[in-house]
Amino acid sequence: MTATNQALTVEDVQAILAEKHSTSHLINRKRHVTLPQWATAWIVLIPALIFLVLFMFYPILNTFFMAFIQDFRWVSGAGSFAFGNFIQGCFNWKGKFENNLIPSFGFENFVIVLKNEVFLNSILNTALLVVIEVPLTIIVALLIATFLNSIKALKGLYQTIFFLPYVTNTIALGLVFQMLFASNTGGLMNILLKNLFGIDPINWLSSAEVRIGSTALPPATKFHQGVVIVIYALWNGLAFKILVFMSGLATIDKQYSDAAKVDGSSSFTIWRRITLPLLSPQILYITITSFIGAFKMYTGVMSVYSAAGKGAYYFGGERGEDWITVVGWIYKQLDLSQDKPGIAAAGSLVLLSIILVITAVQFAVSKRRVHY
Amino acid sequence: MAAQYFADENARRNYLIRKIVGKVFLYLFITLFALFILTPFIFMVWGSFVDKEAFKTFTSTGDFAKLGELSVNNYADIFSSTYKNSLDGSTTPRPSFAQYFLNTFIVAISSTLVTVVTAVLAAFAFARLEFKGKNALFAGLLATMMIPGEMMVITNYQTTIQLDWKYTFSALIFVHGVSVFYIFYLRQAFQQIPNELYLAAKVDGVNDIEYLLKVMIPIAMPTIVTILILSLMGSWNSYIWPTLVANGNWKYNKDYNMQLVSNGLMSLFSSEVSSGYDAVKIAGSMVVTAPLFVFFLIFREYIMRGVSRSGIKG
Repeated sequence: MTATNQALTVEDVQAILAEKHSTSHLINRKRHVTLPQWATAWIVLIPALIFLVLFMFYPILNTFFMAFIQDFRWVSGAGSFAFGNFIQGCFNWKGKFENNLIPSFGFENFVIVLKNEVFLNSILNTALLVVIEVPLTIIVALLIATFLNSIKALKGLYQTIFFLPYVTNTIALGLVFQMLFASNTGGLMNILLKNLFGIDPINWLSSAEVRIGSTALPPATKFHQGVVIVIYALWNGLAFKILVFMSGLATIDKQYSDAAKVDGSSSFTIWRRITLPLLSPQILYITITSFIGAFKMYTGVMSVYSAAGKGAYYFGGERGEDWITVVGWIYKQLDLSQDKPGIAAAGSLVLLSIILVITAVQFAVSKRRVHY
Repeated sequence: MAAQYFADENARRNYLIRKIVGKVFLYLFITLFALFILTPFIFMVWGSFVDKEAFKTFTSTGDFAKLGELSVNNYADIFSSTYKNSLDGSTTPRPSFAQYFLNTFIVAISSTLVTVVTAVLAAFAFARLEFKGKNALFAGLLATMMIPGEMMVITNYQTTIQLDWKYTFSALIFVHGVSVFYIFYLRQAFQQIPNELYLAAKVDGVNDIEYLLKVMIPIAMPTIVTILILSLMGSWNSYIWPTLVANGNWKYNKDYNMQLVSNGLMSLFSSEVSSGYDAVKIAGSMVVTAPLFVFFLIFREYIMRGVSRSGIKG
């Protein structure tokens, strides 16, 4: 017995080594916890799915549903979960929908919304802002990005400066813009206009008369308020667009423009014939996102009126509706007439269809224009 | 230099002149717009230190001479919990900005954690695992990105009230507990990780969850950090949802104000209309913007990379 202990055979040594280095004990330990992939997948998806279903899928369904229910009141108790209650009601008509609560479907909400002067006005305002602001911002951003791309000194500094508005709070800077456009002689913009062009003070934002000494400035016109809103939107919107254009420009191969230079093309021709077409995917992306973003404009408009002290749903003018936007209108409905979310829902569906149409048109146009 | 490229001395000079004029024009254009971008910031920093009475005189006269000395009084006003009426000198209690900061920190950190955890787990399933209905589910998620958030807000507002969440932190944290965009963004990062690593880990008997924790998350860390930062910034800037559900006192403590920084700022702006308070309001703007700036300077690379792919704000 002892003899075998002292003299280890080669096989013995190999066995010992194999035991020491094998991972089999690992596999044996783990094997019983290893689930099939599909089971793991659903388990890790559970947290996201709970939130998605509760706060995304269900709301979309419910809002659609609510928009088509006539005279739906939810604060009054029953029917708060419009869609949920409907499903319940389908199986048990004697339950929740008794006492006139059986919903009747129709387009009444849409009729109310589309006949509402303020809502139509809000669509007009938003469209106007979109049509002016989006092209303006894209063109300026494109110019700045091209210029930035062609310089070397201070490039990083300028890039950081142009990005700064992105990391600001819209409400906070909205106030600063109000101060810059203060209605009296001390507003920075008025000082600038006075000294550069000799223009008398302008009442930019105030819905009341502004007294300066013996003269009185009339209430701000819609045009002047619009100027402030567009300038603020431009200031706010440049950062993201410049960043995207810059990253697009960085991927363009220098040899195209070098070849064109050798052929004697001017810088403008190179920009027009080479840079722009090669940048078209980024331009398309920016155009679509800015159109959608601008159509959902709300904080940017509201925040230039915040110092008026009239709350989150004031958009200038005597009645607070001068520059009301679609989203602003929707939130106003939600906040003021909480028993009528059907109206807000119908309004949001109108917004959705506008956005879908714009996106579809842009994709159709891009098929011919964008070079990938 | 390289005179042989030009026909004669004249052509060379013309070329140089055109080049210099072009560069000057370029820098002029960029500098002008940089000034346009910077002016509000400069004005904000300056205005926040001007005495409020002096600021009032300045805005009505435009006279730079009477500005007086700079002080930090406006900041003291922002962080004090009483508010002094400039007309009659009476004081009324109001929440200090410290309160708003605390609320925003609580909401920003917890909602970011929830969002990142749900996004990492879901992205892992979509990027690495095979299961029935994966593509359909993912297409469904992408489709929701087309739908304006306002549609969801309408119902989420009702859900909040139905769950008795109004004026609680739950409403602020959980309702935006998942972000389809982050899932999408992370899934792309996860898909970059080579398959061989997964197979090697399988051979070693590492299960899927361990693989996620020990291999995928460390490799995709830069993307996760980007998401963390964007999400924190989003919470800091969120305005509309908190206005709807938490623009008042906490449900469980009537003295505890629930507003986040943007809402606090808005109430500060609305609290007194007279221009005697303007400099304090500017200091308020400054207080809310400064942390964002510091954050930006520290995480510049992550933020700019993340934003160039996303375009989400607030």
